[in-house]
Amino acid sequence: MKAVYFAWVRERVGCSEEEITPPADVVSVADLLAWLGQRGEEYEHAFGNAKVIRVAIDQMHVKHDALIAGAREIAFFPPMTGG
Amino acid sequence: MLIVRIQREDFDPVAEADVLTCGRTDVGAIVTFTGLCRDDGGTLNALELEHYPGMAESQLTRIAEEARARWPVQGIVVLHRYGMVAPGERIVFVAVSGSHRGEAFHAAEFLMDYLKTSAPFWKRVHLRDGTSGGWVEAKDADDSAAERWT
Repeated sequence: MKAVYFAWVRERVGCSEEEITPPADVVSVADLLAWLGQRGEEYEHAFGNAKVIRVAIDQMHVKHDALIAGAREIAFFPPMTGG
Repeated sequence: MLIVRIQREDFDPVAEADVLTCGRTDVGAIVTFTGLCRDDGGTLNALELEHYPGMAESQLTRIAEEARARWPVQGIVVLHRYGMVAPGERIVFVAVSGSHRGEAFHAAEFLMDYLKTSAPFWKRVHLRDGTSGGWVEAKDADDSAAERWT
């Protein structure tokens, strides 16, 4: 699946998008956030405080207990500050 | 009529709102809101607006459809800029038309409250001294404003 990052999540990770292949036991958004956080120092910096990260699957907002099965694009970003 | 647009360029609020009455004689009220970039006491050089292309449009459309489902409004225009915006420049625009002012006021306020907390835009601060002031943090007051509609 494609992971896309915005705002300070993007800056901390160091790229705006990448292909990721999480292991089979990563089934929920919360699992995925925990898995991403273990991928290295940059990822720990971005996802260390996972509860503040907002997530969208295929461009729809989801909660952290949502399942990721079938997702093509998962976006990670801070709380929104438009307007 | 439902118009959602995300663009780098500035816009003309009068011309954008005029679209809602074009060829119609049944419109009794148009409520518009224009959000501008503040200079924060002269310290701000610009805001840099990042967005999630695709989702930003679809999320604004979802919010506008929700507003139309809640109130008997006639038309909605939602515009949001991205890129660099200087103090005094326009950032966001909402216009709602209806037979009466009540539903237009409510829907416009709802649109702005939901836009701020659920449309994927982020603001980065550029200060006058040339440094970056970092990313604007989401405000609890904005969450509370959105929650009162639930």
